[in-house]
Amino acid sequence: MSIPSGIEAGTVLETRTYPVTRATLVRYAGASGDFNPIHWSDRVATAVGLPGVIAHGMLTQALAARAVAEWTADWSDGAPAQVVELGAKFTNPVVVPDDDTGIELVVAGTVKAVDGDLVTLALEVTAGGTKVLGNPRAVVRA
Amino acid sequence: MSLDSTLVGRTFPATPPYRVSHEKVTEFARATGTPYAADGPVPATFPIVLAFAAMNDFLDAVGVDLSRIVHGEQKFAYERPIRTGDVLTTALTVASLRQIGGNDIIGTRSDVTDADGALVCSTSAVLVHRGGTA
Repeated sequence: MSIPSGIEAGTVLETRTYPVTRATLVRYAGASGDFNPIHWSDRVATAVGLPGVIAHGMLTQALAARAVAEWTADWSDGAPAQVVELGAKFTNPVVVPDDDTGIELVVAGTVKAVDGDLVTLALEVTAGGTKVLGNPRAVVRA
Repeated sequence: MSLDSTLVGRTFPATPPYRVSHEKVTEFARATGTPYAADGPVPATFPIVLAFAAMNDFLDAVGVDLSRIVHGEQKFAYERPIRTGDVLTTALTVASLRQIGGNDIIGTRSDVTDADGALVCSTSAVLVHRGGTA
C-alpha cells in the first residue's frame, strides 16, 4: 500500500455515522468478553451512579477504529491499513436508551501528519453533539 | 475501599495461551461492523479481548468488583500485526495508582506476547474504580 495523492496533512476525511443500540452492546459484550453489567443492566448502572446503561468505552473506540479501517480501505485495493498506534480517553459516558433506535456515534477525522509511510489521523467522536472521546488518534502504516 | 499503593510496579501472572482464530476475529469484526479479510489486519482494538482477560484476573486478585470499574483511557502500540494462528499471552503490570475523590485511578500496562516471547502489542489502560458503599 502507498499513500494516495490527496492524502496529506489537513485532508478532511468523510464523516462516518454508526447506530448503537442495546443489541449492539449485547453483541459487543459477547464478542469482546466484557460482561460488565453497567453495559446491559440499568439496575446495576444506576446503583453505581451512572445515568443508565452506557456503551463500552472500547465499543466506542472500536467504532472509531472502524472508521479508520473504512477510510484507509478506500485509499487502496479495499484492504484496511495496518494500525500501528491507537488511543483515546473516555471523557463522557455514552448512554444508550432501551429503545429500537439507540444513539448515533459520529466519527470525524483529519489527516494530522504524513511521515514516510506512517499517517497520523486526528479523530473526533461525538454522540448527540457531545464529544465522548478525548484526543482520539490513530497512526497507520499506508 | 482503596487499593494498596504497594501494588504499583507489580506484574500479575500472565493469562493462559490464547490462539487467535479466524472465527473469533470475524465475530469481533462483525460486532463492530469493521471490515476484515482473512489475510488482512485484525480490527485494531482486537487485543482488548486479551487485555480484558488479564484485567479480569487482576481485579479478582485484588478483590475489586467489575461493575465498579469505568474505563478512563486505552492505548495500543503494535510491534507487529496480529495474525490468525498466533498464540498470545498477556501480562498486566500496575503502572500507577492514585486516589481522587474516593475513586482509585489505576494505570495498567498489559503486554501481549507471542509463543516465542516476542512483544506483539503493548496496551495501556486507565481504570477508574468507583468508590461508594454499594
